[in-house]
Amino acid sequence: MASLRLLLAKPWIWSFIGALLVWLATITFTGGYGGGGMITAALSLAVFTVIVGVGQMFVITLGPGNVDLSLPANIGLASAVAMKVMDGNDSMIAVGLLAALACGMAIGAANYLLIWALRIPPIIATLSASFIIQSIDISYGRGLQIKPPPGFASFTNWQILGIPVLAILTVLFSIGAAIALQRMIYGRSVLAIGQNIRAAWLAGVNVGRIRFLTYTLSGALGGLDGALLAGYFRGANVDIGNEYLLASIAVVVIGGTSVAGGKANVPGVWGAALFLVLLLTMLNTFGVSAGVRLLLTGLIIVGVITAAGGQTALR
Amino acid sequence: MTAAPVETGPKSSSERGALARARLLRGLLPAMSLVLVLLAIAWLNPRAISYFGFSLMLNLAVPIALATIAQMFVIAGNELDLSIGTFVGFVGCVTATWLKDTPLVGVLILLGSIGVYALLGALIHLRNLPSIVVTLGMSFVWQGLAILILPKPGGKAPDWLLSLMAFKPPLVPFPIIAALLIAAVVYFGLMRTSYGVILRGSGGNAAVLERAGWSLLKTKIVLFALAGLFGVLSGMALIGITTSADANIGNGYTLLSIAGVILGGGEFVGGRVSPIGAVIGALTLALAASPLLTFMHIPPDWQVAANGAILIIVLAARVLISRRER
Repeated sequence: MASLRLLLAKPWIWSFIGALLVWLATITFTGGYGGGGMITAALSLAVFTVIVGVGQMFVITLGPGNVDLSLPANIGLASAVAMKVMDGNDSMIAVGLLAALACGMAIGAANYLLIWALRIPPIIATLSASFIIQSIDISYGRGLQIKPPPGFASFTNWQILGIPVLAILTVLFSIGAAIALQRMIYGRSVLAIGQNIRAAWLAGVNVGRIRFLTYTLSGALGGLDGALLAGYFRGANVDIGNEYLLASIAVVVIGGTSVAGGKANVPGVWGAALFLVLLLTMLNTFGVSAGVRLLLTGLIIVGVITAAGGQTALR
Repeated sequence: MTAAPVETGPKSSSERGALARARLLRGLLPAMSLVLVLLAIAWLNPRAISYFGFSLMLNLAVPIALATIAQMFVIAGNELDLSIGTFVGFVGCVTATWLKDTPLVGVLILLGSIGVYALLGALIHLRNLPSIVVTLGMSFVWQGLAILILPKPGGKAPDWLLSLMAFKPPLVPFPIIAALLIAAVVYFGLMRTSYGVILRGSGGNAAVLERAGWSLLKTKIVLFALAGLFGVLSGMALIGITTSADANIGNGYTLLSIAGVILGGGEFVGGRVSPIGAVIGALTLALAASPLLTFMHIPPDWQVAANGAILIIVLAARVLISRRER
């Protein structure tokens, strides 16, 4: 009983409960049919949200005003870079992934450069950067629909006993991210900066370096996500990352990370990502039209945020 | 983040003079960027600087300016509206369908949507929610509603709206008159009335305002309702120009409106905004985005990048000036 109460006190547990409820509602509707397949599909789609969500989580944890709005443009460009470098050739997969990572890291570093050099709020810096990245992507990837190498495409769709391998790898990555957040100097520094940037600085935290690393990390994860998305959806395109702006911020907030910064958790990102993906699956199963689906998604996100409440405004 | 500049004792008169000059320079920055863009256009294509040229180039400036003003009200209260673009699209769809066919229902829907904006303001204040998450969620709601109203591009603008937007006054092109009018009205409302000061104060120092007995709930509701009102005007103006609607028609306006406010000298926090600057910022963006690039033979691919680049250049210039302000 005590352990149950302890579990319920965790901020991330609610996202998993939400995901479970949505799943139960859907299989009740289908009469128990397709419950397993739904979880498989949800896991493979949630992976992409989790990867950018973790990056966004580190950024948001830095404190009020920190958010990476350049993720969608970043994902779009990295997907094009990865597909162009791989060029449909299995032997180039590793090089393509590295290129996408490098592209994302460069974008993250450029974001921080703008924040640091122009002393502007990260929202505006990442927004301006995203304008430019978007144009580079349109110009670079014009009419580009290069297929991923067959090996890469099947890797991103590879399943063992109904569990996507990519999801297993992402769980391992999340465990690593959780350790980095709670047990490593880097993560503790991020939390310290989010709680009180001045106190962190006085305590000897190299604030500039940690912020630089965090934006670069977020960029790198966006780049990686772009490459994986292009593999999973069999091709890169400019709009491939569009939905990940809302998704990356929403999973962080729904997952129980404080939007005021200084308090974060990784499991919640998983719970919230599964919740969002299952929600879409449920609405599709109910056969609602695109308009109703968007409407309900928006209302549910606003509802969840309202119920979860906020401590201090993000800005 | 919102640390106020610390006053360090009395300043000598020369220092104060330098400070005033820096402030003036900073205030003139939006106008200077507009003049720079105009000069570039005049140099590249002198024929564009004419009644007809301006009417054409500034065609879409009116809805952009209105959306920028809407965003400015939200930013004045230290919030951010990421749904204004899809809201403009939603209003466009209502304008091209309900407002034309059954004007009464159309008007009621638009008034209701302003009410929704006011409620959002209340919700954000009462539950202390992050506005960017709430408005990101709302952007899906507006888009969903727009698609439900108009699944395929179509509809038609009401005739009175068409003739209003096609109005050709003598000497000065309509978009310029409209921009001046918008700037003047909002300037007097927000900068010259006593409640305008309270509204800006809610972004400047909410704690002091509350202690002085003003309702922060009310200021937030008013700011969001005004944003909704100008969003509605923006959507209607847009449909008056394009004549028909599309659920995605306003999507670009979210980013344009934020960029316009910042270009116009607005600050992200602290209630420091400028209606005149915001309108100038919107005009600069409208001109720089397509006409200037077309004259420079830059492909449309780079239109969005031009917006980003202008934003960065202006912010860099502002940093240089602020350094002197210190």
